[in-house]
Amino acid sequence: MKRVLETKEVAGQSPNYLLAKVQDLVDWAVNASRANSLWPMPFGTACCAIEFMATAASRYDFARFGMERQAFSPRQADVLICAGRLPFKLAPVIRRIYDQMPQPKWVISMGACASTGGIFDNYAMVQGIDTIVPVDVYVPGCPPRPEGLLYGVLLLHKKIRGESLFDRVPRRDEQPLDERGLRLSPEQIDELSEPFGNSIHQFRSA
Amino acid sequence: MNPSVDALRATFGNTIGRAEESCGDTIVYVARGPLREVLAWLRDTPEQGYDYLVDVTAVEYRDRERPLEVVYFLRSLARRVDLRVKVELDPSGELAVDSVVPLWRGADWLEREVYDMFGVTFRGHPDLRRILMWETYAEGYPLRKDFPLRGRFSRAEQVRQALAANPEAHYSLEELPIAEAFDELPPEMKERLRKGERGKVPYSE
Repeated sequence: MKRVLETKEVAGQSPNYLLAKVQDLVDWAVNASRANSLWPMPFGTACCAIEFMATAASRYDFARFGMERQAFSPRQADVLICAGRLPFKLAPVIRRIYDQMPQPKWVISMGACASTGGIFDNYAMVQGIDTIVPVDVYVPGCPPRPEGLLYGVLLLHKKIRGESLFDRVPRRDEQPLDERGLRLSPEQIDELSEPFGNSIHQFRSA
Repeated sequence: MNPSVDALRATFGNTIGRAEESCGDTIVYVARGPLREVLAWLRDTPEQGYDYLVDVTAVEYRDRERPLEVVYFLRSLARRVDLRVKVELDPSGELAVDSVVPLWRGADWLEREVYDMFGVTFRGHPDLRRILMWETYAEGYPLRKDFPLRGRFSRAEQVRQALAANPEAHYSLEELPIAEAFDELPPEMKERLRKGERGKVPYSE
């Protein structure tokens, strides 16, 4: 230890230098393991699930990126991939599934409908699953091609590699619903659910 | 024109309204009162034999003056003939017709769907509940013309109500027909169901 401290590189650095190096090493090891063996939990509700299956099948094969095992049980998964539109009737279901997943966990919102409600700007559809669960990566497309989903998975890898065990980032903690039973404030939800302005004029009576 | 229309007129007289042909299918309008007798006659008379109820649905037109229609799609499997029977309801009055579940058991969920989407009450239906929307849905009947496309509540309120729902309530054992047959199940299956975490098993210790 003394010899290490006296080497040219370390001498003159801050006393935390070695600790930071050790932390970096731990982070690198942990994050590389996590990123390279993600267990996705597919939540396929619509045509995006078909593209998801194509991504999982032999031609595109996301097992190449460590997603060898698809978990059809939320308790053995760490990435929730919501592929397809989410009606309000399924909102408590995806919330329950998200709550059942062990930390650390990530969410990929696949396709226009899961991310924003897409063309289904109507009474039955959740306008973006980020009003229900926190989302890490949004994959646009209607539906996204398998390459798009793979790119989203690689972005998620990048995000995981940037995380640190030693930061108390807020998203590391459980994010329970607040006392109103909502994840975001009502104002935020209303704002997120606004149409993009390309639909015809429609009124809402409340 | 389907010859059943003339037979209907001969039997039921002026409770049978106008009849028209559309794309080769015959549509006949029937008064609300004798609807169930008319449909029962169409089903049970041997030379009619409309034994299959394909669908029950409803139509509301943009023209507010036009009445709301409940439509019954009938088919005779033996004769390979279709007939569409319509009942007109005044949207400002009571939206109610007699249920045809006593005639066709399959009308159960079809009528529940019409009730869910249009608010038409089916008198005599054994279990008239919402079927597509959840049972506590309070915004109204989505396919009515006065229903705004995005619903009546704000998005935040819709999300709050949706998240407050218990996702397992819809699939409780009480709701499944298996609960009625519980006594007839083999003992080991009874034991397994008793230990299940979901729902309450009736008649269990």
